[in-house]
Order: sequence, then C-alpha cells, then structure tokens
Amino acid sequence: MSTLRKEISNGSFCGGIDVDSPLRHFSGATRTTNTNGFAHDLLEISMGPHHPSTHGVFRMDVIVDGEEIVQLKPVFGYLHRNHEKLAEKNSYLGIIPYTDRLDYICSMTNNWAYVLAVEKLSGFQATERAEYIRVIVSELTRLFNHACLVGFLLQDMGALGTPLMYAFREREKILDLFESLTGSRMMCNYMRFGGVRCDLPEGWLDEAKKVVSDYPGFIDQFEALITGNEILLARSQGVGVLSRELAISAGVTGPMLRASGVNYDIRKTDKYGIYSRFNFRVPLGDHGDVFDRYMIRVLEMRESLKILEQALNQIPAGPIIDPKAKNRGLRPKAGEVYSRIESPKGELGFHIISDGSASPYRLHIRPPSLINLTILEDMCLGQTIADAVIILGSVDIVLGEVDR
Amino acid sequence: MNSLDQIFVTLKQWLLSYVPTDFQPVGSALLSIVAIIAVFGTAFALTTILERKGLGRIQNRPGPNRVGPCGFLQPMADAVKMLTKEDIVPYAADKVLHYLAPIVLTVPIWLAFAVLPFGRNMSAIELDASIVFFFAVGSASELAVFMAGWSSHNKYSLIGAMRGIAQMISYEVPLVLSTVPVLMLSGTLNLNEIVNAQSGFSFGVGQWNVFTPWGAAGFLLFMIAATAESNRAPFDLPEGESEIIAGFLTEYSGFKYALFFLGEYLGLFAVTGLAVTLFLGGWNAPLAFLNVVPSWLWFFAKFGALIAVFIWARGTVPRLRFDQLLNFAWKFIVPLTLVNIAVAGIWYFSSDHLAYAVRWLICAGIFLGFYELLGRFLSLKRAPRTYRYAE
Repeated sequence: MSTLRKEISNGSFCGGIDVDSPLRHFSGATRTTNTNGFAHDLLEISMGPHHPSTHGVFRMDVIVDGEEIVQLKPVFGYLHRNHEKLAEKNSYLGIIPYTDRLDYICSMTNNWAYVLAVEKLSGFQATERAEYIRVIVSELTRLFNHACLVGFLLQDMGALGTPLMYAFREREKILDLFESLTGSRMMCNYMRFGGVRCDLPEGWLDEAKKVVSDYPGFIDQFEALITGNEILLARSQGVGVLSRELAISAGVTGPMLRASGVNYDIRKTDKYGIYSRFNFRVPLGDHGDVFDRYMIRVLEMRESLKILEQALNQIPAGPIIDPKAKNRGLRPKAGEVYSRIESPKGELGFHIISDGSASPYRLHIRPPSLINLTILEDMCLGQTIADAVIILGSVDIVLGEVDR
Repeated sequence: MNSLDQIFVTLKQWLLSYVPTDFQPVGSALLSIVAIIAVFGTAFALTTILERKGLGRIQNRPGPNRVGPCGFLQPMADAVKMLTKEDIVPYAADKVLHYLAPIVLTVPIWLAFAVLPFGRNMSAIELDASIVFFFAVGSASELAVFMAGWSSHNKYSLIGAMRGIAQMISYEVPLVLSTVPVLMLSGTLNLNEIVNAQSGFSFGVGQWNVFTPWGAAGFLLFMIAATAESNRAPFDLPEGESEIIAGFLTEYSGFKYALFFLGEYLGLFAVTGLAVTLFLGGWNAPLAFLNVVPSWLWFFAKFGALIAVFIWARGTVPRLRFDQLLNFAWKFIVPLTLVNIAVAGIWYFSSDHLAYAVRWLICAGIFLGFYELLGRFLSLKRAPRTYRYAE
C-alpha cells in the first residue's frame, strides 16, 4: 500500500509524467540534434483535457519533433467520480444505476457485467427469457457502440460529420428501442439480480426485428461511402500498428486485440449467459493497424446481427426475473468473486469482495478502455499528431469508464 | 437584350456622367469597388448559409432553419454575434501582428477581383498581365497565415501556420503551372482576351478550354490546387479542427475571426472565378442559342456550380495527412501539370496536320498515359485485405 501511495504522490501512477523525468522541464522548445546532425527543436504540446478529439476530458502530453511524436504520455483522471468507493457505501441494488455511468454509451453491458458478478457471488440464476433479453440488449448496444466508434474515428480523420451523422441516425433507432423498454435512452438501469427489471412492451420484438433487418443496409451504405476511400486507406493502413505480442502482454482486450490477430472473445471463451447457443464467428485482423481496427468493428456488427436474428426468433415466453433472487436488502455471504463479460470495448470485469453486509467490502472494476489506453504511446511513437488523433480514436475509449 | 447584358456598364457610365471630368477615374474606381464589395459580400453571406444547409442535407439534418425565412437570415445573426463578441488577444501575443494578420489576409484578396471579367465589358481594370497581377495579390494570404500563427504565441497556431505555409506554397506551384497551357494557347496574359478567345461556337457548343484535352486536365488540376490553396476539405490541414483545434485561427475571436472567415471565402471565390474565366469560357454561354441570356448571369451560374462542388467535396471526404498532402503535390500534381504543358504544345503544333478528333485522342492519350504511369509508379501496392474468422 505504501508503494502505491508513493507512486500516486510522485505522479508516476496512472500515466502522469514522472516528476524526475528530464522531459518534465520541457516548458516550450528545447534544442536537440537528430540523426542527421541538424540542430532543431522539440515542442511539448499538451493535447487536452479540452481538445476536440480526446473524446472527453483526457490529456495527451505529446513531445513532437516537427509533427513527429517523440514521446507521448496519456494523462487521465479528470473525470474521476469515486465510483468504486461509492459502491462500498451503497446497497448491492443501489450500485446498478452507477454502473450505467461507467461507459455511458453502453449502459446495458455495464449492467450485465455487474449483475453477473453479483449473481455469481450469491448463486442466483437468471431466467430463460431474461437471458435472451440480456443478449438482445447487449448485442444492440454493441451495434451502436461500434457504429459510433467508426463515425467518431472518421470524424477524427476529418470527414466533417457526415459518417458520424449516419452512424448517429442508426444509434437513434436503437436508443428509441431502449427508451420504450426501460424509460431511459442511455442510463437504462435495466438489469436486476436473477433477471431484468421489466418485460418487453407490446410489439417491441417486432420493432427490434425491423431495426435489425434494416441494419445491414446501413452497414452496406456506410461501407460503400467510405471503406474503399483512398484517403481513408492512406490514412489508416500501417498507422498505429499494435503487435500481437505487445497486445497480449499489455492485457489489451476486445476488438483491438482481435484486430492484432488474437482469437480471444469472452463470449466464446467463457460462454457466459447463453452465448453458447448462438451461431456466430469472431473476425480477426492480421495487421493490427487503425484500418484493421475499423474493419473489425464493421465485421463484428455483422456478426452481432446474426446473434440478434437468432435471439429475436428464439426468445421464449416466461418470467423475466427469478422470484427467489433477492434484490432489495441483498446480503451475499462473505466471499470474493471476479466476473467478466465481453463489453463492446473489451473485457469488462467486476471484482467484488463481500463481508456479508448489505454493501460490498470492496468493488473493483476492470475497465477495458483504461487497459487498452495504456499502450497508446507504443502505437503513436514515430507517427504524426494527426495519426495520434486517429489512433486514439481507434482505441475506443469512454472517459467515464477510464477514470471511473 | 443587349441593354440587359450591358445594364451595369450603362449604369456606371450614367452615374459617372454626373462626376466632373477630372474626378472620373477616381469615381470609376470607387464605383467598381462598391460593386465588387457588395456583390461578393452578399455572395459570402449566401455561401455560408447555403454551405451549412447543403452540408446539413448531406448529413441527414436540416441545417440552420430558425432565423428568418428558411434560415436565410442566419448570416445576419452570425454577423451580429461575431461583432458583439469579446475580442480576446492572448497576453503573450505579438499584438501588432495579431491585429494585422486578418487585415493582411482580407485586403489583397479584394484586389484579385479587380481583374476578373464578370461579364461582357465588366472587369474593373483592364491590365495586359492581369493573371500575373491575380497570382501576385493572391499569394499574400501565405503571409497572413504565418503572421496569425506566429503572433498568437500558441503551439497549435504555430503548427497550423507551419502546415499552412508549406501547403500553400506547395500548391501555388501547380496552381500557376496548370494555367500555363491556357496562356500558351490563347497567347495572352489578359483575362478579358482569354475569355474572348473562348467565345466562338462549334456545332452550337461553346469553344471552352475545358473541352480540349489539355483544358480538361488543366481544369481538374487547377481545381485540386485551388481546393488546397483555399484550405478546404480534404486539404483543410492548417485548420484541421480534430487535430490542432483551429490551427492558426485558435487564438482569434470576434470580428478578427470573422475577417479570417471572410478572407478564406473570398480567396475561394477568387480562384473559382479564375477557374471559370480560364477554363469554363468566362461569361460566354455554353450553347449558341443561349447567348440571349446576359453574360454576367452565365459567369455567376458557373461560379455557383463550382462553389457547390467545393461544398459537396467538403461533406464527403476525410482529410489527408501532412506528408501525404505534400507528396501528392510534388510527386503527382506538379509532374502532371508539366506533362499538360507539353500536351498543350503538341495540340498547338498538330493543328495544321491532323484532324480534330485524331488530335484530341492523341493528346488525351499522352496525358492519360502519363497519369497511369505516374499512378502505377507512386502506388503503394495496397493488397485488398481479407479477414479471418474464428468459430
């Protein structure tokens, strides 16, 4: 504990620039000599926390040689809201709305990861219908998360809003579905221990089927619009390469890991929920660059659609919540559990320690955004500022989850 | 019909007849200045609203539609907002340069309009080397960008200015070189005479430069260079808002920002007007029987069509990276403009020996051959990617 405190106090924790580092003193320009022997200047630029392309309050401390990045430190913590500590004072049920605000565009998957951990801790089992509903809402979440990501990525690339607006049009349709289901568009607060909060409203399944059947048209249109674009290829291929080895040893998960060619999808490896019943494939990239990360998202959307079609057709009738599962005043027996799901951004894990009281003794979240962000510098070195922006865009971060 | 065509010329002469003879040159200049500022000031306001509406349509949204009928008074609201905003000058800025930069950008651009022929007998001044004058005043914008970037004392501004200068100087070369074939074939540097050279009709279709192989190639090259020269997407790197906030404009606010905005659009209008003059026949009608329509209407119709192309491009393509931008200029566009000059020479000297169609095919073939060769040579040999699937 004391070493951790020391790390926090001297700033080397969580990517803060080391106070002892000579680069700390780069107030403006400093003279160096490059390999050609020409004397020239380095420039430190603090990109963020208020910058159009940092996707929230995130800062990149960049040292550039011309436009080439020599050093980059991701600095985060600007959106820290004490989530884990708040959980220690809250009831198990009361934590669910807080999880909505982790990755604030994918509240459904956050709910599921937390609920799954508590179910594992207290031995509940979700009902059959609830499992299907969970898969449906989570895959819908994955659809619009990936659509938004490619939209934002192209926005960062300078495509001035058009791809983003196309993506947002599709996102609206899914958010409308969520609104009619849960009463809220983004902060859904939908899942409960042993099931879900409320049943599907009348006609919801038909509307969802319509959204799902229209969705391939959007992907085709989007790809026709931009995937073959020469500028996109030139900007993204070979940029921000993440090697397979580094990706594995840095603990990168999700589409980013799969773009580097590692076959690791928790839906396949853990088969949590009822994912073993569905027939879908995991797309894998070979180059691990920005273009692969873009394409993996597009291909994953197509695979998610397959899952959705199967789930929407197979969903059984029945109770949506196990009446034996206690939600209010839940006091799980003392113990420790780690549970994880494949959130749209990667492995989202909840580590809960219970001491038998009404609130967790300790709750820790493994946010995929944070872990995936730690290797930002390795991907950006030797690239330009413009590349750093799209590399960050291709990581898919949400600052609510990074800083918690 | 002729009276409608010459209505502005007649109007000016009528107004000048009330001015004493000694002051007529001054009066003539002032009247031209007022006309140009009024017309292109209005065009600026109209373009901003049409651009925002057009981009809105491209992006599945209505665009501004709250102020006035269909939102067409939005430019007025924007102007009021800009004028009433606080003018912030950074503490560390070089205040004189920071103040001067928007003026240095905007003033010379107005001069460029002086030589453009907007209609029959409708250019403000008659210069023998008007195209040289046009490029001379047009290149002052580099200085303004550098002044703005340097004086702001902001790192983003500095990078933006650095990008801006490299980009504008690089694209100045193909911009000028792509006009050379037109000058060679018309044998004059005078824009009015260049338009007159395109005024004939063959089979009822205007003899515009763009209908010849060197003209078509020159027009495309000119338009690409003009896009880069006026910092518009996909070449909007100096202001690339997702990378360097607003580039050299980062520290500007209020009216100075509005002046920069105005200056950039005027630069765009000037090069668009030049493109119309050099390649699209200026104020000439496209078909012989359409000659009854006033000449100035033709100029502004072509002008508006080209502006629409710029807006369309802005709504559809991502931005290039800096090194790719410069490679594109120096390795691709500049060699092609040089080839185009040679093609124009071949076109000129083969006129006595070959039939028109044969001449056309040979010249187009030479240019396209070089285009293909250069493209192959510079191609990055990108293999189409396939993706594996794990079950």
